[in-house]
Amino acid sequence: MDLDMGKYGLFVWGSFGLSFVALGGLTWLSLYVHAQRRKVLEALQQATEAK
Amino acid sequence: MINFLANPERFTRVTQPLRPWLAGFAGVFLVWGLYLCFASPEDYQQGDTVRIMYIHVPAAILSLAIYAAIGIASFFGLIFRHALADAAAKALAPIGAVFTGLALATGSLWGKPMWGTWWQWDGRMTSELVLFLLYVSYIALHASIEDEIRAAKSTAILAMVGLVNLPIIHYSVVWWSGLHQQNAIITVPDILWPLGIMFAGYACLAAWLFLIRLDSEILGRKYRALRARLTLN
Repeated sequence: MDLDMGKYGLFVWGSFGLSFVALGGLTWLSLYVHAQRRKVLEALQQATEAK
Repeated sequence: MINFLANPERFTRVTQPLRPWLAGFAGVFLVWGLYLCFASPEDYQQGDTVRIMYIHVPAAILSLAIYAAIGIASFFGLIFRHALADAAAKALAPIGAVFTGLALATGSLWGKPMWGTWWQWDGRMTSELVLFLLYVSYIALHASIEDEIRAAKSTAILAMVGLVNLPIIHYSVVWWSGLHQQNAIITVPDILWPLGIMFAGYACLAAWLFLIRLDSEILGRKYRALRARLTLN
């Protein structure tokens, strides 16, 4: 496997790098929001049960 | 089946076990696909830039597939008042927007060395840009309307009207001549394997993120319903 893309390096690595950042960011954000909403709902449910 | 899954609790119970599998498959396919992307031979004409095809084409296919799913979900939400349809469409939109943006960006990065230009206002590229703007408009419209039911109706209409763009994107290379190449069926194994595996990886990732985001929407609705009940009491 030759990772030297020669004169096309900027375009090839740029494409893969951009894809990694975009999809990685989307994944992180989706998981973060999910965790936050679960935490907030559980806190509200516990507060309701305590009352 | 569709009505069976309309109940949020039931939907969560059925889909929760699928999530780790989808994440696992996405990871395996993406690692395997990336290996194949760089182990495959370069193209005799395009050189190493052919490797961009292995991330550009799957992103482009998913950009259309996800919008079609949003359109179908919007139809079910608007006409059949399916309880989770709007939440499903809302969960899909950012995923589709990211894939569309990637299709445009990687296409541009592929086009510059191959065609000598970053962009051309041809049928395919212009209609794909319109798709990206539809996604952004959908997300912005949903965010701008506070009332959930009104937001769902307005965005459903926007999504269904935008469906007309999908056949335009697909047939644009047939109807108009431009830089973008014609649709083709690839049979060469050296190209087909990395393309197929990367598509599988992207599809599993999109499905996993969709289930995560839909569950987030369901959690948000439960929170708002509980808050409303507490406020009334």
